[in-house]
Amino acid sequence: MIRNSPDTGPLLEMENVSVNFPVKGPYPFSKKRWIQAVTNVSLQVSEGETFGIVGESGCGKTTLANAMIGMVRPTAGTVRFQGVDLYSLKPQVFREARREMQMIFQDPFSSLNPRFSVYEIIREPLYIRGQASETAMKAKVLELLKLVGLDEDDMYRYPSDFSGGQRQRIGIARAIILNPRFLVCDEPVSALDVSVHAQILNLLMDIQKSRHLTYVFVSHNLAVVKNICQNMVVMYLGTIMESGSSDAIFANPLHPYTKALLSAVLDIDVTKPRDRILLKGDTPSPIDPPPGCRFWQRCPSAMKGCATIPAKLAEVEPGHPVACHLISGFSPQQVADGLHEPVSPKSGG
Amino acid sequence: MSRPNVLLQVAQRGGSLVSFVRKLWQHPQGRLGLILAGWLVLVAILAPILAPYDPYDVTQRAAKGLRPSWQHPLGTTTTTGQDIFSMLIYGSRVSLMIGIGTGVALAFLGALMGVMAGYLGGFVDNLIMRVVDVMLVIPTLPLIIVLTSLLGRSYFVIVLVFVIFGWTGLARVIRSLVLVLKNSNYVKAAELAGASRWYIMTKHILPGTSHLIIMNTALTSAGIMVAEAGLSFLGLGDPTAISWGKMLAEAQGGGALLFGAWWWIIAPGIGIFLSVFSFMRIGIVIEEVFNPRMKASSSIYKLFKHLNNTYLDEVFRSMEEEETLVREPPDRSNAPTPEGCHG
Repeated sequence: MIRNSPDTGPLLEMENVSVNFPVKGPYPFSKKRWIQAVTNVSLQVSEGETFGIVGESGCGKTTLANAMIGMVRPTAGTVRFQGVDLYSLKPQVFREARREMQMIFQDPFSSLNPRFSVYEIIREPLYIRGQASETAMKAKVLELLKLVGLDEDDMYRYPSDFSGGQRQRIGIARAIILNPRFLVCDEPVSALDVSVHAQILNLLMDIQKSRHLTYVFVSHNLAVVKNICQNMVVMYLGTIMESGSSDAIFANPLHPYTKALLSAVLDIDVTKPRDRILLKGDTPSPIDPPPGCRFWQRCPSAMKGCATIPAKLAEVEPGHPVACHLISGFSPQQVADGLHEPVSPKSGG
Repeated sequence: MSRPNVLLQVAQRGGSLVSFVRKLWQHPQGRLGLILAGWLVLVAILAPILAPYDPYDVTQRAAKGLRPSWQHPLGTTTTTGQDIFSMLIYGSRVSLMIGIGTGVALAFLGALMGVMAGYLGGFVDNLIMRVVDVMLVIPTLPLIIVLTSLLGRSYFVIVLVFVIFGWTGLARVIRSLVLVLKNSNYVKAAELAGASRWYIMTKHILPGTSHLIIMNTALTSAGIMVAEAGLSFLGLGDPTAISWGKMLAEAQGGGALLFGAWWWIIAPGIGIFLSVFSFMRIGIVIEEVFNPRMKASSSIYKLFKHLNNTYLDEVFRSMEEEETLVREPPDRSNAPTPEGCHG
């Protein structure tokens, strides 16, 4: 499943990337506080694969995706695209390098300028680069319109004339017009009707095959991720909880959070009994989170040490690291201090 | 439409402007405003043809203080015997020129500052917004009185002062809209494609604020016309030009009330009323077309608000509401509900 050819490195590599946003304090000159949107994330995306990022809302999926394509500058860590550190480049070179990366947005209604015709929207990247002639751009736009399943007649219509699915097709055409190698799909189907999910996903897969693209697929829809991603990470509150090939994670989820997520997947068969793991409470605030495991307050099997000792990613199987004290265990000294004892259910909140 | 030709392309491009004017025309009050404004502009342009007498002719001693008649539809002045109907027609030139000129200049400066503050952010934003804060607390009228006595009484000075101290409200409104537009995904897509800041500002941000700019131009033009009349009445206008405000001042000085020359007072009043009314109609209708939420409050109320300089604040507030409304739904759809797992 992992198509990582040994002679070339990964297409995109993130190393200990953290993204923090400052928040204003309650009164002037109060201590600056930080939202830790993404904390210490390392991952590798190989050429040609579809890489899934899964997590609930507010867990930093989109921020991570933005950091990948250079929309958000990480507070710490490096992002290497084709072996080049993106954020060390000069602005002009950076702009050039970033043309290899494009994005498909979640909301097809706000991602197209209502004042532009479809032709102007799709040709915009070419127009900005400013090397193609008008006729060349028109031919290219026509070709892409056909590829994404729209009509030649649609070229001079405006976005308001189209349905959500059709708008997403326009967005896809705009994203691939510069022949990028790397495409970030930020929940491309979650704003669409269920009936067009499969159409858009199939279109994306077809394009990936014919143009040898690498996808990063951000989603909270586990069924979609299972079907189209080769590798994935599960995020919670800005940190990676579990990563590995999607087959391994779906077959053998090890982190309590992953288990809870998977137990929430609906099945069409309502008669089958399901074991749902219901998490208590809400996602805690990402402002100045405690040093321990980010999940411990809601974890059904939290231990006393989880609150204070950070959980590190440890490989359980080859290529399947999990960040959980249940898996990695505590040191003998910590066990002697009683940190491995389960937290009584009440204190979990 | 298998072969899209150039003509069609042009038609589609202009589509938004044509449909905009059509929407304005379909609104009964907008139509009234457009007709009145168009008529006034026509009168101002054709003034030398329409005016029966030379309004600057102050030598008609024999025709002093005539009542309205077929020779002089609105009578003559009691002091110099100028024909009031001709003065009314010529006065529209000054009023419209000052109103529209200041409105356009204000729109230009306000849009520039607002877009720069909103899009560039950081230091530029801080600088511009602090300047706005300072400008907002400076009273314009006393300042104009001081400046005209310093720089000489000319309409140029008046327009200049109005523009320098009037762009702040528009800049604030535009900035808030730009902050919304700046975070939209189409701007992000353009940035990803390597667009420069200039490209994004001119192609995406500025067109997005155009309706606000047009609306503001119409409304401030109306306000400036009133202000110009007031200044001329106080004797701060250009002493060599005929304007409606100056006609009122002369009526006052010439003892129109004493002689019972009511036509001398009513005529410029009607001129001021018509021009302000038409521009106000246009501005408020544009506002309604683009922001249907504002329809609820009556136009008299809006007029009152505008005269109190609180109207733009209201627009500003209703746009903030819109902003939060727009932002809510994506948050909800993000939530990891069990329903989110239909593949």
